[in-house]
Order: sequence, then C-alpha cells, then structure tokens
Amino acid sequence: MVKILGKKLLAHGVKRLELEAPEIARKARPGQFVVLRIHEEGERIPLTIADARPDEGVLVIVFQEVGKSTMLLGTLNEGDSIMDLIGPLGKPTEIERFGTVVCVAGGVGTPEIYPVARALRQAGNRVIGIIGFRNRELILMEDEMRRAVDELIVCTDDGSNGNKGLVTDMLQRVIDRGEKIDRCFAVGPVIMMKMVSLLTKKHNIPTIVSLNPIMLDATGMCGVCRVEVDGETKFACVDGPEFDGHKVNFDLLMARLKTYVNEERQAVELFRQAQTGCGCGRREA
Amino acid sequence: MKEQAPEVRRHNFDEVPFGYTPEEARAEAQRCLQCKKPGCVEGCPVQVDIPGFIRHIAEGNFLEAMKVMKRTNVLPAICGRVCPQETQCEGACVLGRKMEPVAIGNLERFIADWEATQPECVMCEIQPATGKKVAVIGSGPAGLTLAGDMRKLGHEVTIFEALHKPGGVLMYGIPEFRLPKAIVEREVNFVRSMGVKLELNYVVGKLKTVDELLEEFDAVFIGTGAGLPLFMNIPGENYLGVYSANEYLTRSNLMKAYLFPKYDTPIVKGKNVAVIGGGNVAMDAARTALRLGAERSILIYRRSRDEMPARAAEIHHAEEEGVEFQLLTNPVRYIADENGWVREVECIRMELGEPDASGRRRPVPVPGSEFRIPVDTVVIAIGNSPNPLIPQTTPGLEVSKRGTVVVDPDTGRTSKKGVFAGGDIVTGAATVILAMGAGRIAARSMDEYLRTGRW
Repeated sequence: MVKILGKKLLAHGVKRLELEAPEIARKARPGQFVVLRIHEEGERIPLTIADARPDEGVLVIVFQEVGKSTMLLGTLNEGDSIMDLIGPLGKPTEIERFGTVVCVAGGVGTPEIYPVARALRQAGNRVIGIIGFRNRELILMEDEMRRAVDELIVCTDDGSNGNKGLVTDMLQRVIDRGEKIDRCFAVGPVIMMKMVSLLTKKHNIPTIVSLNPIMLDATGMCGVCRVEVDGETKFACVDGPEFDGHKVNFDLLMARLKTYVNEERQAVELFRQAQTGCGCGRREA
Repeated sequence: MKEQAPEVRRHNFDEVPFGYTPEEARAEAQRCLQCKKPGCVEGCPVQVDIPGFIRHIAEGNFLEAMKVMKRTNVLPAICGRVCPQETQCEGACVLGRKMEPVAIGNLERFIADWEATQPECVMCEIQPATGKKVAVIGSGPAGLTLAGDMRKLGHEVTIFEALHKPGGVLMYGIPEFRLPKAIVEREVNFVRSMGVKLELNYVVGKLKTVDELLEEFDAVFIGTGAGLPLFMNIPGENYLGVYSANEYLTRSNLMKAYLFPKYDTPIVKGKNVAVIGGGNVAMDAARTALRLGAERSILIYRRSRDEMPARAAEIHHAEEEGVEFQLLTNPVRYIADENGWVREVECIRMELGEPDASGRRRPVPVPGSEFRIPVDTVVIAIGNSPNPLIPQTTPGLEVSKRGTVVVDPDTGRTSKKGVFAGGDIVTGAATVILAMGAGRIAARSMDEYLRTGRW
C-alpha cells in the first residue's frame, strides 16, 4: 500500500497527489512515469512523474479525471492509500546543454513538462515555456512554470486569459521573432504534439515528444504500447516514452488510443451511477 | 481423468479436468512397475523421485508421497498441470510401449491437491542459516524453484517481482481454466512459508540495477522471463483489435478482464477471433477467445499438426472445444475498416519443404493461394524476445544476438561474477518445467559459489 500524503485541486477535474514512495522518488528522473493500481479490481494506470522530492520521500503525480479509474483516484484523500505503485519506468529525458530550448505543453501536459523544463534550465539552457489551455479556469501551474523557465508564454483557446491562440501559434511567434531554437520538447494531447512536430519540422528544429499510448504491464512484456517511429514498431514503455516527433506516426497513435472508448464510457456511467444513484452498487468501505 | 464436457467448459473459466478421487489415484498408481532404472526420472528436468512418490500413493500413504515430492519439487500442483509429460516422464515410461503410460502428471497433481485439503502442509527441512543473501529477479517458475532450493540450503532469499502479483507466466500467461490462480497463490505461499521474502512492484533495472543488488546480496539470479512479443512485420499488425498473446492473456488472466466491468481492465470480446501460432500460448489464447464469447476461434499455423509445439493435451482440448485449425496457412496482411479496426486477415497456403535448422520441414508458400478470413480480433502468438530491461542496465553481462543472457548450461553462471540466470531469459520462450530445471541447476552452482567463493 502507498500512502497519499497530500492532495490539491489544480483546476477543474485536475488533481495533484503527493505519494509516500521514497525509493521511487530517489530514482525518478524527468520524463519517466509510474504505473499505479488503486484497488484489487483496478487497472494499471500509467502516469508521468510530475515531481519528486527525494529528501522527503515524496513522489508527485498530476492527473485529469477522464475515465473511471482517474475519477476514482480523484475521490481519494490525504491519509488514504493506493494498492500498488510501480516505477520509475521508461527512459529519462535526455538532458544536455543544447542552447535555447522551447518546452511546449497543452493542458495536463504542463505538470509533465515542468520537471523537464526545470532540468533543462539547470543544465544551462535558455528555456522558453509555452503552455496552452482551453480557457482561463483550466490554467495549471503557471507560477511554478514561470519560476522554472526564462520566459513563459501562456495562451488559451478562447482568449479568456488575454492571450488567444494555440500553442503552435505561440511557437510560430517565437520562431518569427528570429529566435534560434536548438531543440523543442512537446507534451500534451496527441494532436497538439503532431501539430508542433509538423511546425518544427518545417524549421528544422529537433523535437522530442512524450507519447501516451495505452499500457498494460508497462515493463516490456505485453506490447500494447507499440508505436510507429520512422516506419518501425517501437514499444513506448521500454524504448520511450520520448521519441523524435518528426518520425512518429501520430495518426496511428490516435487511432489506437480509441480501442476501448466504448468500455471506458460504460465504466464511467456505472461509476457515476454508483456515486450519485441509490448507492446499492457502491463498494464497501 | 474426468473433465468438464467441451460444450460446457467453452463458456466458463473453470478448470477443465476434475482431478482424481483417492480411489482413482491409487488404481492408477498401482499400474506403475516400479522399474529398477526408472526412465521417467531421467526424463524429468528436476528429477522428481517418480516411482518413490507413486509407490506411496499406491499404498494409500499420501502424506509420505508428498514428502518425497517436496524433496525435489516445491511446485507439484503446477507441474502436474502444465508439464509436457508426453515428451518427458510419461514419454519414457516403459508401459507406454504397449499401452498408456502411467499418468504421472495426473498423480502429481492429485497428491498436491490432496495436500491442499489437509490442515497442515508438509514443510521442507531448512538447513542452518549460512549468513549469505541471495536476490532473485522474477517470481516465475525459474525464480521460485531457485528461491526454494536456496532457502532449503539455509541462505536468505529475497525475490523481486515487477508485477503486482507473484508467479510470473503462471499468473499472467497460463489461463485460469488450465492453471487456477488460487493454486499458483498456494504454491507461492508455500515458498514464502519457507522464509523466502517477496518484494512486489519492484522493477530491477529501474528501481535498482543488478550492480546495486550485488552491493547488498552475495549472489543474484536473473529469471525475468519472456519480454517483448514478436510480430511478423506484415502490414496491418498495429490495427485495432490486433493483440500480442502476452497482452491478450495478461488482460484476461492477471487483470481479470473477462470479469469487466467488475474489474476495471477491458478486453475486446471478438466474435471472430484468429490466433496465429501453434504452441501452448496459441492454444491458451484460442480457448480464452471462446470463453470470452467468440463464435469462431480460428488457429492459423504455418506448418502441419505434427510440427505443432503445443502439448498434446492442449491441442486435443482446443479441438474438442471447437477451435478451428487452419494448418499449413500463414497470414500475409491484415485489412481494416475506416476506423482502423481489423476486419479481415489475408492468408496464404503453405507446403512443407526440406527440413530447416530446427529439424522440422520448412513451410513454403504456395503461390496464388491467397484467401481471406473475416475477423474482428487477432492474437499473435509466435513467441517473445527476452525482456531488455536487465541486459540494458547491467554492464559486463554477456547477451546473445537474440538478446538472451548467455550462461554456462551446466551451472547457470553468466559472464558476470555472482550473477546467475535461467528460464526464458536464457533460452527464449520455452516451458515452465525447463525454467524450473534451469532454476535447479543454477541453485546447485550458486550454493557452491557461496560456500567456496570460486567462480
């Protein structure tokens, strides 16, 4: 069992948990992920490590409540426990002194890119952060990101924060002002990573994306996380999760992510009924 | 042995054979000739004293039979169910020349199941503590066997398991109807009751490397088993509905996706399922598909029945349950609908040519014989490559071109001092009992190393 040491609501449906995981916290590097399982009947959920505080033995995860399992995770509080936590998994981000780098994130990609941006700056890079959200209410970790990077651009799809546009629009502006960008990192929805990669390819900016395919064991055994990179099948859990964005087949990834949409919908409905209905199907405490 | 009728069992996940009654077991045991030079023992990778335990069963002395068994095998309930007896012990039984050999596997299973009904189980004798510490990576058949053997010899043993349940392939790979998970748990608990420590959710190579383990432990055994599934590299293998057998079986067995939505992990419950391959894993997948509600479960294998590597009993059970065999047939590509879901598999007929390196006749495509089968789920069961996590993170560990860990077959010793390996990580995908045999060989050599320090 892994104890929840702290919980914070970051934005609507986006929560941050601090977990007691001293060994994982000590080993975790930016770009890696963990797998967790809430209870005996639970599925294995892969989540990127948002932060680690080895001195305190704390591992931080941030998640959006999009399916039954993340909704259930969201109902847990400080002092509660989750059944299993496995990690750190995947290869860490390659952190070097590249020069000027742009870290682009959309939505809950922000907490995922935060440790990467911070490590890149510590390695001597000039780091420009671009984070985008649907609207002002959904903005996450703006202050933390501002402290982690040299320059931060925050945009919203609807312009409600006063800066309307997509992250690709912001990236275009940075390119247009003549900035020499040595490397770009992008984390977020697949379509966002695809658009960023298309743009940077045009400008010959090496781009690393962090992929989020369906995973099961996540230790190099089942093969469900296979992605196509440069025409070759790769396994995101052991070969990734980061890959060259200019070579990833994003359309295949988007299709494969839809494998269980019907089952996910069914599970969410049942979960909502159990939460709000007569309660007869509710799990015993 | 009596078993569930095929038309009943193809709809449930309960175990297929019922097991012997004590009377049936005694009658079967009395058929044993108690050979002076028993071929069956030589045929057994872990050298169980087969005539010895059978003699006790014949006399109705089940407790003594179990004591004999546990001297050499701490996982009898599992071996009795999943060993390929026809090519090992039973294949060497002299009775088999004229009639049915003694049903050694069934008797082994009987004695283990009998013990489970008793208030106490037979304990193994543990030798005085040696003060030596052993780390075992992976809690599958190889790791469990080595752990049991080393503990008996008085060493302190800790097993590190990456998944959330112990047992490795016994848990995630072999289905409930062939090896009930309660039985795996029981045998793992027996190994724990001997004093073996078990750390779950512990990914060696990530949380700690082998080198870090060597700072804390006197010897390390790598039994990490099969890794990434192999694909054929034909068009369409990444379409939706195309599974590796590892994924399909892990969802069903370890995550209990057949009980979705009570359990959270989903699985595609296809109506027309094609399974590619001819081994035990392919049989398991084809039979699982039926139990998940498939109307047609079609096994596609490129050679003929004689070359199928699966156990005879599995092929027989699959056929009885209605699995259709498309033999001498190989997939060439998959065809999907507009959303990327697999809808058809295009196959080509094969014929057998000259023998290849494996000694089996090489299958050759028959030009122009392409045809299509409508499918909505495909399971590819053509084997695995070894898991890369440990080789990637262990400098000085010699690895073959195929990615398997290189060992001296007589000792299980790797190129790295104090590090042993065995099971699928060494041989590539093989059987439970061969992995157990490798665990036994490595244990013998590891004990010697710990006592003498000689490498």
